[in-house]
Amino acid sequence: MDDRLHQALALLPERLGWHVALSAAALALGLLIALPLGVLAARHPRLRWVSLSLAGLVQTIPSLALLALFFPLLLLLSGLSERVLGHGFSALGFLPSLLALTLYSMLPILRNTAAGLTGVDPAVVEAARGVGMTDRQRLWRVELPLALPVIMAGVRTAAVWTIGAATLSTPVGQTSLGDYIFSGLQTEDWVAVLVGCAASAVLAMVVDQLLGLIENGVGRRNRRRWIAGAAGLAIGLVAALSPLAGVALSRGQPSYVIGAKNFSEQYVLAELMAMRVEARGGRVERKINLGSAVAYRALAAGEIDAYVDYSGTLWANVLGRKDNPGRQAVLDQLRTGLKDRDGVVLLAPLGFENAYALAMRRDRAESLGIRTLADLAAKGGSLTMGGDLEFFSRPEWTGVEQAYGLKFKARRQFQPTFMYRALASGEADVISAFSSDGRIAADDLVLLGDPKGALPPYDAVILISPKRAGDRRLISALKPLAGSIDVKRMQAANYAVDRDAGKVSAAEAAKMLTR
Amino acid sequence: MTAPNAFIVLEQIGKTYDGAAVLTGASLNIDQGQFVALVGGSGAGKTTLLKTINALIVPTTGRALIDGQDVAAQPGSALRRRIGYVFQEVGLFPHMTVAQNIGITPSLLDWPAERIAARIDTLLDLVALPRELAARLPAELSGGQRQRVGVARALAAEPSILLMDEPFGALDPVTRVALAQDVRHLHDALNLTTVMVTHDVGEALLTADRIVVMAAGAIIADDTPAALLSGAHADPRVAALIDAPRRQAEKLARLVHG
Repeated sequence: MDDRLHQALALLPERLGWHVALSAAALALGLLIALPLGVLAARHPRLRWVSLSLAGLVQTIPSLALLALFFPLLLLLSGLSERVLGHGFSALGFLPSLLALTLYSMLPILRNTAAGLTGVDPAVVEAARGVGMTDRQRLWRVELPLALPVIMAGVRTAAVWTIGAATLSTPVGQTSLGDYIFSGLQTEDWVAVLVGCAASAVLAMVVDQLLGLIENGVGRRNRRRWIAGAAGLAIGLVAALSPLAGVALSRGQPSYVIGAKNFSEQYVLAELMAMRVEARGGRVERKINLGSAVAYRALAAGEIDAYVDYSGTLWANVLGRKDNPGRQAVLDQLRTGLKDRDGVVLLAPLGFENAYALAMRRDRAESLGIRTLADLAAKGGSLTMGGDLEFFSRPEWTGVEQAYGLKFKARRQFQPTFMYRALASGEADVISAFSSDGRIAADDLVLLGDPKGALPPYDAVILISPKRAGDRRLISALKPLAGSIDVKRMQAANYAVDRDAGKVSAAEAAKMLTR
Repeated sequence: MTAPNAFIVLEQIGKTYDGAAVLTGASLNIDQGQFVALVGGSGAGKTTLLKTINALIVPTTGRALIDGQDVAAQPGSALRRRIGYVFQEVGLFPHMTVAQNIGITPSLLDWPAERIAARIDTLLDLVALPRELAARLPAELSGGQRQRVGVARALAAEPSILLMDEPFGALDPVTRVALAQDVRHLHDALNLTTVMVTHDVGEALLTADRIVVMAAGAIIADDTPAALLSGAHADPRVAALIDAPRRQAEKLARLVHG
């Protein structure tokens, strides 16, 4: 427990630094756009209606989706810029997070600026004209000072929202306090989850209080108060960002970027690859918790240099294939298919499969007499099926559903951790499981047979980005991993990270695989 | 009674809002130094006509001239810095002190700070406010004090014209009589040209040199208080307007003299 807390806290300076940098930049940009827009909106009722509706619409998009939407958009723009200007930019990490959070921060600032300005007493506005102020003087000397408390209230709301939503920038590859929450949820490391939540909550509260001090000082014309608030913000900003400067300075040479999707096995394999590259003197930057679709596109675009994906996933999602020609044929066709399509190198299969499979509790499966998906099809009408967050929208599911004519009483979606809990408690009778998951053995689950071969093979394979295709150091570091991990060892390593008691870090689990 | 090249000239001023006529060709010449009261029922167009003088309202037809120059010839803000303006809601800037409120137009005109400070003291004296009020915020003043600050603010940049729109309407009777008298004295002392809109005909008769009666967007009478009281006007609307305060005064006189 203490150990996990220490590990978590050791990562705090960098994560907090990025979180603050991202939130502050988004808020500053939001202010820069929303304040003038709010002033214009206050003067023009039609613009007010349009801008507030648009900002409101943005607000209804779930923030996670908003962040994810910017990635393909930026990827497209980066490609365009590469063609037109000769160099692209990173579509992953800071930029998409910044843009999404900026949009997100705009509504409260815009709304309160417009409301604050339109709420100024008309008699005072007429007096301002009567004493001979120009429109600009009226705005700066009378309307903005009088609307300031309302505007500041909007800024405070925006700050709290932005700091909270910044935790969601983790899946697009931006380090933030969300790293604690996403990884922690995945590996059931509640200490990490709590550290992440507490840190972002405390940050939001402190910033809110300091902004409140400024608001209060300005409202009461108390210079000392608002200077104290502003100084507090400035000092906090510098203090939070200083660890990043250290990191930036230590990064002399170009580093390799190792990616990982958002589950334990991926963390472990990313650590394994990173250790091997570092052992050969390469610098490694890790981008973990990438969304499944984000990871491949990021690799193809050169945003990350290497990560592990699964043959069946690539087969269906990248090549758009629905057939199943067999394990080796899939690998062979992927090797040429990915190369031709994106220039991506399929370096090596690791030697184990992490296949999608349907799993049941042994006692439940035996009492119902279910061994295969064909048996399940006959009994499914009275059962509840649980899937992870993407399972039901994946082509594999459609394939299985059609091949066996599966029908269930209900379908529910879970975060993987909670899916296993639901299976244990009986809230779900069947779940989508991964064959390399350590919990299958630990929880005594049975995987249902697939006599029709509807589920494609899922060999874990190392992918290399097009721009690193000829990189000797990277290739020589990762190539020896080919065929080196069997499913039992992977299950054990995964379980070491996932289990409730005696949990180890992904890096330590990776060391188990090197022995 | 007005010279053709008067100080303030309103020429055939018409104003319509969404097709509804508020002013229908009102013309008025005002000489320098006159104190003119615009009276009439609500909706007569008094306030609209007043605001065309400092271009707070731009007429649909006709034009306003000051000293022979069309008010539309310069930016409204520059024009209004030369014209004092007082209105019923006062409109003091709540986030500024009394001194800052009074000094606002001089500061817009970039007067040096010492001159502004001296002018603020002079004006506080002129409108009979203690100088220690200078550092207060408007919210800390009484209604009468606030309107005195409003008058001081209007006069701060030494305008030659003072426009007032129902300036005493929201005040209690004692305060309003005292303030009206003080404004009349200021008008004489500073050699102002004053135009005041009021619905209180008694106040107009006692304060102004000249009464302009308006109804339905047009001027229906324009005369001295004495001439109006003597019943020189046949228009029943004018007679009705003048009659009420006169009868009240006669009753009061009988009460006083038994």
